[in-house]
Amino acid sequence: MSSIVAPVRAFDPDRALIHLGAWTLAILWILPLAYAVWTAFHPSAYETRFDLFAPLTLENFIRAWNAAPFGRYYVNTILLVTMILAVQLVLCSLAAFAFARFEFPGRNLLFALVLVQLMVMPDILIVRNYATMARLGLLDSILAIGLPYFASGFAIFLLRQTFKTVPRELDEAARVEGCSWLGLLRRVYVPLARPTMLAFGLVSVSHHWNNFLWPLIVTSSVETRPLTVGLSIFATTDSGTEWSIINAATLITSGPLLIGFLIFQRQFVQSFMRAGIK
Amino acid sequence: MTVRRDWLTALAFLAPALALLFTFTHYPAIQTLIDSFWSTPRGRRAAVFVGSDNYARLMQDPVFLRAMVNNAIYAAITIPASIILALVMALFVEGRIRGRALVRMSYFTPTMLPLIAVANIWLFFYLPGFGLFEQIRSAFGLSPRNWVGSPETALYGVSMVTVWSQAGFFMIFYLAALNTIPPSLREAAAIEGCRRWTFFRRVIWPLIMPTTLFVSVNATINAFRTVDHIFVMTQGGPNNASMLLLYYIYEQGFRFWDTAYAATLTVVMVAILSVVGIGQFFLLDRRVHYR
Repeated sequence: MSSIVAPVRAFDPDRALIHLGAWTLAILWILPLAYAVWTAFHPSAYETRFDLFAPLTLENFIRAWNAAPFGRYYVNTILLVTMILAVQLVLCSLAAFAFARFEFPGRNLLFALVLVQLMVMPDILIVRNYATMARLGLLDSILAIGLPYFASGFAIFLLRQTFKTVPRELDEAARVEGCSWLGLLRRVYVPLARPTMLAFGLVSVSHHWNNFLWPLIVTSSVETRPLTVGLSIFATTDSGTEWSIINAATLITSGPLLIGFLIFQRQFVQSFMRAGIK
Repeated sequence: MTVRRDWLTALAFLAPALALLFTFTHYPAIQTLIDSFWSTPRGRRAAVFVGSDNYARLMQDPVFLRAMVNNAIYAAITIPASIILALVMALFVEGRIRGRALVRMSYFTPTMLPLIAVANIWLFFYLPGFGLFEQIRSAFGLSPRNWVGSPETALYGVSMVTVWSQAGFFMIFYLAALNTIPPSLREAAAIEGCRRWTFFRRVIWPLIMPTTLFVSVNATINAFRTVDHIFVMTQGGPNNASMLLLYYIYEQGFRFWDTAYAATLTVVMVAILSVVGIGQFFLLDRRVHYR
């Protein structure tokens, strides 16, 4: 702020205060996570004793990894988030395209019904959706975890906004050339909406990687459980487990997302911003 | 004729998404309302129509009333605390401070963790006489305390975790909003000798009002929807001290398998979220005119 105000850099008490506040909050904020990371990388004897020169170890990670089928949980989670995102992008692009470019009776009503999902999301309709999955014979399958989220109101909304900014001249030109609607969507609209899709993709992947309640309800075996459910079972069933191992397991489940975020920090932040501003 | 063909094309584009949307959002919402007027089928005994019995039970159910009060407290803590912290973080990070990237990273990182993992981290952090939080307290001579294990503090302990996991996320939206404020305004204010606080109150705050609305709506939805950490930290206890509505729905629906009563609770939940939704609609409407 002050760079414009003060050509001569004198000591500015306001700036000093801002620095102090920002750094204090930053340290306090990261403390719980830092503490968990610290214990995960040290022998359990150091769980509650802070010692800068305590020996580093990967032992906790190895023991956590062997204590529960985290490998399988990983496969399940990766399958789940990939499936959800792929289907969401296809279905929601199609729907958003119809809302953005076609005139038909009941369009506004249908769009309003899509927006309802932003408030009444499948996360709270668990009892009824469980009954539906039971009737479809899909209980305890990865498909059942993803199915309620395939048609995302949020994705349709975001993509419709983006598609509306595409100049109409482009589609008229393409239509004159004999391009089908589907071809138009694929060759003109989708490439132009790539930044929006990337933004939505990051939001979707992190959301479903972290989702817990619905997967907990609908899965009941190692073959289908995602990481979050696996972690909760690991951390609660056997209370004798040492904290350093639970902390290691916690980091195992959130690791890839966390590392991905640290590497692509700027893209993540920009994507979340883009997805939030309508 | 071409108009009609356009309609059919549009329908074909919409059909798959809308079919799924209706099956997993609209149909269950309506069916839940219907279920709330029927009894729970048990074994061979089919569901029977019971009128408003489930709702009468609701009003008499101390756990439900407790969950509603708890959820109101939970919302009253997490919504303003997350918004204020998010704004403070954004203002800190937006200024030219040293180590800005690091500071921003430490604010935002908790957001990337699954709430289930966050719950584990905090459970350990809170551990009585053991965790870091407690070690800091004991350094000040305070007696050890079981934060999530005692009825007086469990709800606050859980609320703190929610604030920690979402404030950094909301910060992003404030950062985006602050970036759109033209630098010329700041220069003008500087020339006028405007104080920082005055500039914030008279210029920044009104300009970021739409963002505050957007964030408030999200925080409100989260106050009813985020219960993952309850599973690990308290399971609604001790003695229902941290029971929240969605967790109670889960407990009734999937522990006691009383689906009709769980449906009745879900109706309450949908009603609350609908009020939020309608409120947002009118507020955002005003925002459009305001612009």
